[in-house]
Amino acid sequence: MDIYLTLIQLLDSTVRLATPLLLACLAGLYSERAGIFDIGLEGKMLAAAFFSAAIAAMTGSVWIGLLAGIAASLVLSAIHGIASITFRGNQLISGVAINFLAAGMTVLIAQAWFRQGGRTPSLIGKARFEPITLPFAEAVQDVPFIGPLYYELISGHSILVYVAFAAVPLTWWVLFRTRFGLRLRAVGENPAAVDTAGVSVVGLRFAAVAICGVLCGIAGAYLSTALQAGFVKDMAAGRGFIALAALIFAKWRPWHALYATLLFGLFGALETRPDVIEAVSGIKVQGQLLAALPYLMTVIILAGFVGKAIPPRAGGEPYVKER
Amino acid sequence: MDVMPKWAEVILVPLISLLLAAILSALVILAIGEDPVAAVKLMVTGALGSSYGWGYTLYYATNFMFTGLAVAVAFHARLFNIGGEGQAALGGLGVALACLYIPWPHWSLALVGAAIAAGLFGAAWAAIPAWLQAKRGSHIVITTIMFNFIAASLLNYVLVNMLRPKGAMDPASARFPEAVQLPTLHDLLAPLGIEFSKAAPANISLLVAIAACVVIWVLIWRTRLGYEIRSYGHSESAARYAGMPPNRIIMVTMLISGALAGMMAINNVMGEAERLVMNAVEGAGFIGIAVALMGRSHPFGVFIAAILFGFLYQGGAELALWTTIPRDLIVVIQALVILFTGALDNMVRMPLERVFLALRSAPKPGRKEG
Amino acid sequence: MTRDPAIELKGISKAFGPVHANKDISIRVMPGTIHGIIGENGAGKSTLMSILYGFYKADKGEIFLSGKKAHITDSQAAIAAGIGMVFQHFKLVENFTVLENVILGAEDGRLLKPSIAKARRSLLELAADYGLNVDPDALVQDIGVGMQQRVEILKALYRQADILILDEPTGVLTPAEADQLFRILNRLREEGKTIILITHKLREIMDITDTVSVMRQGEMTATVKTSETSPAELAELMVGRKVLLRVDKTPAKPGAVVLDITDLRVKDEKGVERLRGIDLQVRAGEILGIAGVAGNGQSELLEVLGGYANGTGTIAMNGEKIDLTGKSSNGQSRRARGIAHVPEDRQREGLIMDFHAWENVAFGYHNDPAYRSGVLMNNAAIREDTTDKMQRFDVRPPDPRLAAKNFSGGNQQKIVLAREIERNPDLLLIGQPTRGVDIGAIEFIHQQIVALRDKGKAVLLVSVELDEIMALSDRIAVMFDGQIMGERLPSETDEKELGLLMAGITDTYNEHSVDEVQDNLAHVHAPEKGA
Repeated sequence: MDIYLTLIQLLDSTVRLATPLLLACLAGLYSERAGIFDIGLEGKMLAAAFFSAAIAAMTGSVWIGLLAGIAASLVLSAIHGIASITFRGNQLISGVAINFLAAGMTVLIAQAWFRQGGRTPSLIGKARFEPITLPFAEAVQDVPFIGPLYYELISGHSILVYVAFAAVPLTWWVLFRTRFGLRLRAVGENPAAVDTAGVSVVGLRFAAVAICGVLCGIAGAYLSTALQAGFVKDMAAGRGFIALAALIFAKWRPWHALYATLLFGLFGALETRPDVIEAVSGIKVQGQLLAALPYLMTVIILAGFVGKAIPPRAGGEPYVKER
Repeated sequence: MDVMPKWAEVILVPLISLLLAAILSALVILAIGEDPVAAVKLMVTGALGSSYGWGYTLYYATNFMFTGLAVAVAFHARLFNIGGEGQAALGGLGVALACLYIPWPHWSLALVGAAIAAGLFGAAWAAIPAWLQAKRGSHIVITTIMFNFIAASLLNYVLVNMLRPKGAMDPASARFPEAVQLPTLHDLLAPLGIEFSKAAPANISLLVAIAACVVIWVLIWRTRLGYEIRSYGHSESAARYAGMPPNRIIMVTMLISGALAGMMAINNVMGEAERLVMNAVEGAGFIGIAVALMGRSHPFGVFIAAILFGFLYQGGAELALWTTIPRDLIVVIQALVILFTGALDNMVRMPLERVFLALRSAPKPGRKEG
Repeated sequence: MTRDPAIELKGISKAFGPVHANKDISIRVMPGTIHGIIGENGAGKSTLMSILYGFYKADKGEIFLSGKKAHITDSQAAIAAGIGMVFQHFKLVENFTVLENVILGAEDGRLLKPSIAKARRSLLELAADYGLNVDPDALVQDIGVGMQQRVEILKALYRQADILILDEPTGVLTPAEADQLFRILNRLREEGKTIILITHKLREIMDITDTVSVMRQGEMTATVKTSETSPAELAELMVGRKVLLRVDKTPAKPGAVVLDITDLRVKDEKGVERLRGIDLQVRAGEILGIAGVAGNGQSELLEVLGGYANGTGTIAMNGEKIDLTGKSSNGQSRRARGIAHVPEDRQREGLIMDFHAWENVAFGYHNDPAYRSGVLMNNAAIREDTTDKMQRFDVRPPDPRLAAKNFSGGNQQKIVLAREIERNPDLLLIGQPTRGVDIGAIEFIHQQIVALRDKGKAVLLVSVELDEIMALSDRIAVMFDGQIMGERLPSETDEKELGLLMAGITDTYNEHSVDEVQDNLAHVHAPEKGA
């Protein structure tokens, strides 16, 4: 039973680490499916992480903090939208700028507001998302096998974890079963088709970018108010890029995004438990290798050695009416 | 159809973009409760008011010239190399290996050897994404980002497990031998009777960087390779038609780009730290993006932009020292410069075009749209 | 009885930056008629119709539909007003099904299921009414160009369009397919629909339209009843002067075989064979014209000959085999062999639009020792050479420092032609020599091609314009689905026979139905997109 418990613990931390990746990955999915590349996921998460922690610390309410985080992320989304949709600028460069903007501004404002060297005060009580105990979790806790599974792995996460997992089927349904989804996918493949069908390309793309902002906002809030208790400098720590990697890995599909982020979450969980790998495989795996593994795998996927990832056809290209 | 004269496109648009970035930066300083005018004064005195300040400004500028040129060269082939950070880190590894394991008789030979090693390592790190782009069509932006992270992990591993001297705690290589110490600007200028700060890290690498600017200018605008690179950057289909093999151009361009980024290490690793430490690049690879965008991928523009960013970097450090404004202000300014010169340039260009259109009379005959 | 015109445009003007695409244009189209708009490339036809469709906003002018002023601010408003448009380059989502493309933007409600079901029923009805059969569940990327065009028409009809605008609809069709399209249009006219047909082909105007408007350089020069005009008159109105519709040339004096192709095969990146065993010979002093609908392998043939696509089989140039694997050859080595190439798409291949004229004159020949000094390029020498070539080819304005994009289509083509022909090649490959070129320049370009032939050089001409093929060629080979269907002498064939060959039907002496032609064409693999 000991191994089983260890496994459950490992999966539990996989879920925790996968959640921000999943939210950011789905965020990127909406944006890129609409033809707007977004390498600014990292920056949006970071900004949201700071503002939700900061506002939660000030108001004592994590929910107001969450809203503030989403708002901050939306502001950056708006900048990305104005640059890449309205002014048809380079989407990649805009994304790079947004990452730096968030990296600099969060520390600057944190210093101006809290004077704690670029961090927020630690969050306590209602200023944090607490774990939720699902119904009967305590009751079945001692049932063999199923008990720990339900109590440890499925129950006991913050509300945002459940939001993230629910977002997967929802995203699938929106994309493939609704009018909005059809148009969104169309605008990422051939915006001219959407335009001549009398639907606003600009409107659709801004909508997609806004959804991306909301999801990144939740992801960032999760980092600082649920996973940890407060903001520290650069706390997104490359998660935005791992999410981007997961998106490619998933070939821009919602369910595959879930699998990819869980896999990358598992790498993250293993990084902190090298003893587990050693016990299971008998090989001593370097932490640095695990840290690099998501990136290495993405490169391999990108290289097309394991199934080719074909991005939305109009991705990255600003829409200019043909002359 | 060109609506604007060339001087407006080359000078006016970037200047206005820069001005907007500056205004916004000033507003940011105001918003955090500081005085922008005082801040600028402090930055100017701190970065340009003494030979010590200049020494730091030029030291940073040297880094940015290398990384800026790296991004600029790739831009000419319409390749966006975000991997300067990783390539410079690997360049540092090359420098460290060359300096630690080869007994150089004199710094000048060591400089050549280390520069070659840095270039080779940087080029090698760029070669994989380049090959994947050329042969497998993998998007170079994503692969170079991934390679930055992989480089960080690799360097972490090498420093912790291989280069760290026995018994040492921090993940860093041993100090390089005396013989490979590069002359600083103080050493170089002293024979000319010019007094220059002894403490500042600017060194002979600055001259190498300036030479690199000239060489890259000749390469891009005066050689057949440069002509092919520019052709490919403007139109891949046309390059194929003309018999310029795209794969070769991608590879060669990225190798040059990676080598330039890697060569930054002769400045920061060999010239300044004199040992390899973790995160030695300190974001200079990313600043190269801002520098190349601001310099409009022209080596002369890169030179100017690198000095400007050197000033910002040193000025920012001074600000952090004397006020409560953290050094991260520079990151914000860098972001704004990238945003306005790289992504929002149409915001400046469109109204300007309207102005120029209003200023000019009917179109000249024979110059109509095809 | 006087009826209000279905469409009335009053004083429409539109400028793109410094270019005036439409100048004060007025037009009236009566309901239940087919109205043609004819004009050279760049005359402003497509711009005008895009304004009617709400794709662009006019700077000035008013639109009336059935006598009532209409405010067409965007395509949505146009669709609501009963206007549909089939663009020259189709506006379809390639990896969507036909049904999804049809409902896009015209869905019923927020969920897809009911919309799809409704559209499926409608498509069946439309297919029955107009003979527009398409598999509703096929992916657009898997069906042929002719089918894709049907999807575009279905899109318009599904939105209950009363006014249908078609922009150069026959450019991608065989003559037989075009005939069928015209039958559909006739049927739509009988139903009372109003149709506007944009074309640059005089024959189509004469065949099907009731009235015709002529545009020239952004202005409407005339509107006449088709029955009261003639091709010659229309051509003159288009160009503003009398036009020679034929090319003056003496009979060819073919010499030795310059280019000898046997069993040439080329695969695309998906592994589909795009050239399936080509055998061709071109002799010195003759023009071999390759006729065919776009996308039947002509581009691949030019690319492999030009050295930037790989293939198998043998190609001999002046008796010597050339490498087809791409290992030891590219566009450079082809040029060294005396093969010059004026590509089909000068803006994508032949020129770099942002480069100066002089940089473009060196393009492909930048390794020429005359353009070099040491390891560096000798820019001054290139500029001097450019000035010289611009003069001889009458490029206007003759300014080597002007960017290619700032020249008109005809002058751009002259730059490419000057670069290639002045090399005095043994073989000239030339694709779509007059696409997007004004009529004045067409005559000049045709003269240059014939002059090169008269110097005893071989010319391989690819064009989708049958008229051009007939006028220029000394011998005609017809391509269909990557194969040569047959060779004919221009004096011994006609458009009807060539049209059947273009559809892959070789027994041209028997009667063939349009369906047979259609059926044949449907087997052509994944056709090429518009240029």
